[in-house]
Amino acid sequence: MIYYDRVSKIYADNSVALEDVSFSVEPGEFISIVGHSGAGKTTLVKMLLAEEKPSAGSVFFESINIHELPLSRMGEMRRKIGTVFQDFRLLPNKTAYENIAFAMEAGGRSEADIHSDVPHVLELVDLGDKMNNFPDELSGGEQQRVAIARAIVNQPDVIVADEPTGNLDPVNTFEVVQILKKINDLGTTIILTTHNKGVIDSLKKRVITMDRGKVIRDDREGKYIL
Amino acid sequence: MNWVTIKRIFRAGLLDFWRNAFVSFASILVMTVTLFVVGMTIFAGVMLNFTIAELRNKVDVSVYFLTTTPEERILGLKSALEARPEVVSVGYVSREEALAQFRERYKDDQLALQALEELGQNPLEASLQVRAKDISQYEAIAQFAQNQDTENGAAASIDKVSFYDAKYRVALDRLQSIADSAERLGFIVIAILIATTIAISFNTLRLAIYSSRDEIQVMRLVGAGRFFIRAPFMIEGMLYGLVAGFVTLLLFYPLTWWLGTATASFFGGVNIFSYYVQNFLMFFGIIVGTGVVLGAIASWLAVRRYLKI
Repeated sequence: MIYYDRVSKIYADNSVALEDVSFSVEPGEFISIVGHSGAGKTTLVKMLLAEEKPSAGSVFFESINIHELPLSRMGEMRRKIGTVFQDFRLLPNKTAYENIAFAMEAGGRSEADIHSDVPHVLELVDLGDKMNNFPDELSGGEQQRVAIARAIVNQPDVIVADEPTGNLDPVNTFEVVQILKKINDLGTTIILTTHNKGVIDSLKKRVITMDRGKVIRDDREGKYIL
Repeated sequence: MNWVTIKRIFRAGLLDFWRNAFVSFASILVMTVTLFVVGMTIFAGVMLNFTIAELRNKVDVSVYFLTTTPEERILGLKSALEARPEVVSVGYVSREEALAQFRERYKDDQLALQALEELGQNPLEASLQVRAKDISQYEAIAQFAQNQDTENGAAASIDKVSFYDAKYRVALDRLQSIADSAERLGFIVIAILIATTIAISFNTLRLAIYSSRDEIQVMRLVGAGRFFIRAPFMIEGMLYGLVAGFVTLLLFYPLTWWLGTATASFFGGVNIFSYYVQNFLMFFGIIVGTGVVLGAIASWLAVRRYLKI
């Protein structure tokens, strides 16, 4: 469903972020991308969200070349991909409820859907009692769970989680990973980037290892080996 | 676009306006200054035009006739003058009217009235007051009146033609040229002033939206369309303009009231308070309209920069 075809990214100062990367992701997979900081994990994810353009090669999502899509149709494509970031990226002037509702409003969902689905996903991430809190009134772990709720509320085909546990303590890390696993069990494809060895080793799922912009390992049931 | 989307856009705009209270307050303040300058420009223009028109009106040429002149002859000259294109109006004051005006003017001056009594008859002359379109035309009109009077070899009936003496005319000419250059200079100054305040308003809104650039990016990444992101910011900008417009209109009320009597006596008749009240709808349209349009355009442009992903 997702296919990276010989993707390279070279920045203006000639630093190489990605070099000739090719791999594909099947529906329902849970894949982890690991590597040191600067290995190119985040660049890889940004390509999928069309935040960055590749210098060479292409990225396909369900046979659509993402970087040939006009800006006006980008929203439609992005709504099929839920995103979770290391720094949560919630809208600071909106409550937890409104943050999630915004993603649904952006997709043109009805008020009735919003009234029923938002509390439901907030219950799912165990935040039913904090739906009217603003992000700065929530802990890091709680904010990340709101972000996950926002990512899943439109029932996307794939969830991209870029270092979602990077700012969290071990207990919250465990919870976030459990939630992602649960979502994957329900059939959603997950792409997770991390440099947390414990997370990878406990998952026992496919692992792509990157180093200096290249894919150096791709294991079916991998471990964190670097 | 459906009704639900419009409702959501308005709700988001209103909520952001309220929750970013300090940013809203600062933007409104800056916009109020801009709209105030726009309003003052209108007042200044009205004052200047009115004053010049008033001064022009005060200038005329008076033609005095010998006391023996029959009225038909005076009225004949009156219609000849009225037929000329540069003449705006010709007023006729008969000898009797002149006497009545004299009595009225000197009603507190016993000496003057006594002198009049002693004469035993009306010494005052009938006159025509000619008003021209332009100050420079008076000389030609005076000449025309003289020529017309003695046409066909008739004995002169005009005693004297008085238009304001040479000094007064020089002063008037100078005033005219000052008024002209003031109008031109004023226009440039005001254009610069308005451009500056608009630029400041613009920048304030840009800064306000700059602080939201990360949010805009997040909105894009969760799949919101560009219009859906941009529209609430435009609503917010329009609200700034609307509130700033009302504040400005409110400020002008006591200000013009306070300046009203002063301007009325200084500028010869025009009271800016009554002008403001009578033309309130025009002021409302211009000031609130400028604010709303400015807010919408500034927001639209400012958001555009952050929508490129």
